[in-house]
Amino acid sequence: MRSMEKRRGRGPAKASPAPPASIFDPRVNFAVLQFPGSNCDQDAVHVLRNVLGQSARLLWHKESSLGGTDAVIVPGGFSYGDYLRTGAIARFSPVMQAVQQFAANGGLVLGICNGFQILCEAGLLPGALVRNRSLQFRCEHIFLKTATTDSPFTNRTPADKLLRIPIAHGEGSYFADEATLAELQAKRQILWQYCSAQSELTEESNPNGSLLNIAGVCNERRNVAGLMPHPERASEPLLGSDDGRLVFESMIAALETKHLAPAA
Amino acid sequence: MKARIIITPKKAVVDPQGKTVRSALEHLGYSGIGAVHVGKYLEVELDSADPEAARRQLDEACHKFLSNPIIEDYRLEIE
Repeated sequence: MRSMEKRRGRGPAKASPAPPASIFDPRVNFAVLQFPGSNCDQDAVHVLRNVLGQSARLLWHKESSLGGTDAVIVPGGFSYGDYLRTGAIARFSPVMQAVQQFAANGGLVLGICNGFQILCEAGLLPGALVRNRSLQFRCEHIFLKTATTDSPFTNRTPADKLLRIPIAHGEGSYFADEATLAELQAKRQILWQYCSAQSELTEESNPNGSLLNIAGVCNERRNVAGLMPHPERASEPLLGSDDGRLVFESMIAALETKHLAPAA
Repeated sequence: MKARIIITPKKAVVDPQGKTVRSALEHLGYSGIGAVHVGKYLEVELDSADPEAARRQLDEACHKFLSNPIIEDYRLEIE
């Protein structure tokens, strides 16, 4: 989906530079990656900065260092035109090598939509996203159940609250082999699942044919997560729902309470 | 020298394209159609004159980049 904000020309968008880092600055310092073809990067920066009052800056895919970053957002879009496979080319870009290192040091990384696909291709998350069962690009609001609040991405979500968040993808059907699915369940790595308005995991509420209705997972260490729905498009009441805030607020809470030591 | 790479979805992965093509073939009156699998075909032109070295190199590339072993199988032919 096209971002509400129009990109001016090609290349990295000229976002205002990040405010100077200060040891007295209590804000979380987010880096939002930007690949050729990303189109939800500006939306993510807007929500983090203007809605949640945090520090957020764009990071072009050719950068090989994350600088002083507390958390990374890999945004949605069509990185490298989705050529070959979604996320297949982006995962080899210089910035992703830095993200690999950041994640290995325990840093928080969230992939949204194409960002989820990139993290799976990079091997930072288990499984893969394949073509929707319907073969259609699905763009609609869905209900999302938080399968566990025990993660830096879900800790602020009330256990019984359903999130009303939009999806917009053609390749969002989550696949993993049976052994991996069993492991995901045993280690409670399934974070979000598509469900009905009554919180039931039904076939009808599954918009893309994902196994176990999986909409998002985390890694075993719980510091890297990805989901197909777009929380950044549902973070203000004006947009019909602000349930998406809970995902970002969980990350902020996790960093504030030092659940995880920030990776420099 | 040329390499041909055929990438197909793994049997365990639901292939809605294959199913749709199969059903269309039946509607067109073609009989005896079993399962259909829709994949990708890549042709790579090579400078190398050493087929074994080319195979080793492309085998690695197929595994690492050109296919995703979680969801796809590949067949590599060099001629």
